[in-house]
Amino acid sequence: MIAGALLAVLVAVALLVVRVLRGPTTFDRLLAANSIGNAAIVLLALFGFLTERPEFLDLGLTYALLNYVGTFAVLKFYRSGSLGAGAEDGT
Amino acid sequence: MTISAEFLEPIITLVLLLLLAVIAFGIVRVRGLFAVVIMLGAYSFLMATLFIVLDAVDVAMTEASVGAGISTVLFLGALYLTDVKEATGRARRLAPMLVAVVTAGVLIWGLSDLPEFGSADQPIHTKGADYLDRSIPETGIQNVVSSVLASYRGFDTLGETAVVFTAAIGVLALFARRRSDGKG
Repeated sequence: MIAGALLAVLVAVALLVVRVLRGPTTFDRLLAANSIGNAAIVLLALFGFLTERPEFLDLGLTYALLNYVGTFAVLKFYRSGSLGAGAEDGT
Repeated sequence: MTISAEFLEPIITLVLLLLLAVIAFGIVRVRGLFAVVIMLGAYSFLMATLFIVLDAVDVAMTEASVGAGISTVLFLGALYLTDVKEATGRARRLAPMLVAVVTAGVLIWGLSDLPEFGSADQPIHTKGADYLDRSIPETGIQNVVSSVLASYRGFDTLGETAVVFTAAIGVLALFARRRSDGKG
């Protein structure tokens, strides 16, 4: 059951990686990258329970805090600095 | 249907490594540096997950905080000071290529010196057990934890201090309000 969920999350991560790579806008990438962080947290928790180390849940919580820093930084840069506006097309 | 952890672990490792390789190629191909910064964040998070699956929890924590958190802030600072578009041209290709080849060479050269995986006679198992006895005569520090941290692993601690310092700068950059423009 946990193993199946783990595999499902892995598939979700793979799909998110596709979205990060294909874009098309920066915000698609940002959202996908943030979701990869979320999926990593779930992956971590599931892996912890699978290997009977539920302490991994705490690590997941720390991840959640860190995940938000990067997204926050990018969004702040985008809002306050006009430099970010020109980099939409990433091909 | 039950799948054992022993069976699943190599699968997770392989899938994560594959995704890392895919993202790395994407980072090389994409020209908009703003997107590259975001992709590097995603890369770091996957890398940290891989570290945890490989049982290196502390390294994973560092990777997640430095790679996905502070590096993003620092890269954005660099983008603010320079430009969000990658420079093109022949001369701009040679230098990065050279740096990449030299770094890869040094890393592979370093790999050849690693002890065999799981071998019992690697330094972590053979040395270090006598630190409790050696600590006071060698360093004169009463607390063994302090002497290991500040003396035997001094360079490591120096590096960690630099990381903490960088992290503090990153946090300051995040919360600082820009003075130059009014809308801030």
